[in-house]
Amino acid sequence: MAALNIKKGATSHSAYELRDPNAQLSESHTLAVLVDNEAGVLARVIGLFSGRGYNIDSLTVAEVDHTGHRSRITVVTRGTPAVIEQIKAQLGRIVPVHEVHDLTVEGPSVERELALFKVAGAGEKRVEALRLADIFRANVVDSTLESFVFEITGTPAKIDAFADLMRPLGLADVARTGVAALSRGV
Amino acid sequence: MARMMSGAAMVVQALKDQGVEVVFGYPGGAVLPIYDEIFQQNEIIHVLVRHEQGAVHAAEGYARSTGKPGVVIVTSGPGATNAVTGLTDALLDSIPLVVLSGQVPTFMIGTDGFQEADTVGITRPCTKHNWLVKDTDKLAETIHRGFHVATSGRPGPVLIDIPKDVQFATGSYTGPKTVRVESYQPKVKGDIAAITRLVEMIETAERPVFYTGGGVINSGPGASQLLRELVDATGFPITSTLMGLGAYPASGKNWLGMLGMHGLYEANLAMHGCDLMINLGARFDDRITGRIADFSPRSIKAHVDIDASSINKVIQVDLPILGDIGHVLEDLLNVWKSRGRKTNKPGLAKWWGQIEGWKAKKCLAYTNSTSVIKPQYALERLEALTKGRDRYVCTEVGQHQMWAAQFLGFEAPNRWMTSGGLGTMGYGLPASIGVQMAHPQALVINVAGDASFLMNMQEMGTAVQFRLPVKQFILNNERLGMVRQWQQLLHGERYSQSWSEALPDFVKLAEAFGAKGIRCSDPAKLDAAIEEMLAYDGPVIFDCLVEKHENCFPMIPSGKAHNEMLMGDAATEGAIQAGGAVLV
Repeated sequence: MAALNIKKGATSHSAYELRDPNAQLSESHTLAVLVDNEAGVLARVIGLFSGRGYNIDSLTVAEVDHTGHRSRITVVTRGTPAVIEQIKAQLGRIVPVHEVHDLTVEGPSVERELALFKVAGAGEKRVEALRLADIFRANVVDSTLESFVFEITGTPAKIDAFADLMRPLGLADVARTGVAALSRGV
Repeated sequence: MARMMSGAAMVVQALKDQGVEVVFGYPGGAVLPIYDEIFQQNEIIHVLVRHEQGAVHAAEGYARSTGKPGVVIVTSGPGATNAVTGLTDALLDSIPLVVLSGQVPTFMIGTDGFQEADTVGITRPCTKHNWLVKDTDKLAETIHRGFHVATSGRPGPVLIDIPKDVQFATGSYTGPKTVRVESYQPKVKGDIAAITRLVEMIETAERPVFYTGGGVINSGPGASQLLRELVDATGFPITSTLMGLGAYPASGKNWLGMLGMHGLYEANLAMHGCDLMINLGARFDDRITGRIADFSPRSIKAHVDIDASSINKVIQVDLPILGDIGHVLEDLLNVWKSRGRKTNKPGLAKWWGQIEGWKAKKCLAYTNSTSVIKPQYALERLEALTKGRDRYVCTEVGQHQMWAAQFLGFEAPNRWMTSGGLGTMGYGLPASIGVQMAHPQALVINVAGDASFLMNMQEMGTAVQFRLPVKQFILNNERLGMVRQWQQLLHGERYSQSWSEALPDFVKLAEAFGAKGIRCSDPAKLDAAIEEMLAYDGPVIFDCLVEKHENCFPMIPSGKAHNEMLMGDAATEGAIQAGGAVLV
């Protein structure tokens, strides 16, 4: 499996230097896992993370090839470099997994998340919410006299920032999809 | 040409096409159609066990002693849940198994039907892969794929869950050759540049050691042959994990014995002091490494493994080689020979001198007795009296298992069946049944403890029914010996629940099953009693009453390093400190 470049995990350091996992900082990595869309495949991937004590910060999954029945699972996870290497190797040996890509290290990539925000309010707050939504290029996908539903797409950080602004303006509900990511270029 | 047949007929046909000769199983409501097909044929022998756990361990014994996958059939619900321990055992020890379970009909799945359990959900983390087959047309293909996944790459157990309506329905049968190539195709050839790098290290190393594991056995007899050639040609010392015993012969001149928690002093010291460690198909298990921070601190480490997730999981290595041991050893030998078969001879001579010094410690020495049988003595006599025979040894789990590994010598691979990773008490008796099914003429011995034996003793019925002359050699100390040892070393000699109260009379138990029972408590009569066991043509329970408080040494206490071993005569008070106490 090309995505599992074993050499990357190898080290010329002595056995001593990498011993203490706490000595290394935890990193966030975005992994793209291409799988056969068969029954239970998502449970296998999630079960691996929970069973071995890994973190999932975000998870998205959908079939991306309807004829070949392939799904793409995008996982944002955290861990020391050694743990990240182990996560990739463990994912790679799940039988219906075809490819594992670490988008964080394999070159530049784009990450996007979609979110829906329900903001309830009246008067000045309502106007201000609409004005900020315009700045963030959020679309209004539902409106009543007391509320808006905004649709916003962007990096998780942008969506967090939008949420912070909406909170004092009557934020009633949020739905987020989690991160979808692709490498840049070909 | 697609042939139309029922799902149940497909199961039997697929097994035949896969060359299966023996299945271990237990019938029930959800597999009745399959059992009906089994009834109407004579090619595949079905071994009726007494408990589904026994079926899985028997299949493991069959698989380990033959290198072929073991096959199990169980019913839905409790049949499948009883198989879980065996599946987990096979997963941790990389044993190829194909387990077929019945399931309630597809239209009843999710209704909490009678004997319904979410079998694929329950077994997902304890199989290499599993499938629920909802369409009879896909059943044969799935079974063939199951055999491919179970046996290729790092072997392991798979489970195929077959609803009863799928067994009854008619579909088209697909033969093993027409099944499309699996996305799962593990890499077997190692990177030649990395192999050459390893050869360079072999040429210059002053203090090398081979550290081999179950991967060598799993790679097939060819890998063991290549290993012997390499070890003998280089003159490097070799040690092995519990799983790898027999890949290099115990009588070989470079053999250091098993390493690890209860491994030999010279093996552990060689691991600690080496400058080049060549790990072949072992996984740096915590029984092997001891305290990670002090594990072989001054060595360059090379690791050959077919499973990428085994590399750099516990110990960061300097030279990883992903591939099958047999293929990598072949390339390694070729490269090494073509470069002139060089080793650092002066360095090696000095290294062997150091090792001989460690060997002189005689770490397995024990104080024998004329009044009571020491367990070590019992195994020494068993070894002496069975050494030349066509012998297979299984064990249960505990002190007896470690003593068996220390005192019995294995000359060939696939001759030693023991539960390593999971440490499953109750493994040995059913495993011995599986081994004997595969090797009807061989001597099959299960070295057991009194407590472990009781965990699956119902399988004596299977041994008697199928006339399997398995020898159950119980080192009976009326204790959970290993638990007792840890309580002595760690918990102030408070022996909580670790003695075997109300043990059965094993001789009468044997007779109740229709087997032979032998009891021996006198060291002077032990040889004659063992000879009697060996001479009997049928299953035997040998109740060997041994010293009750013997501890298993040498021992690396939890949380300690290889060079901090406890020897038999050392003070053991406070040997395991608070930090080590949380470890198992």
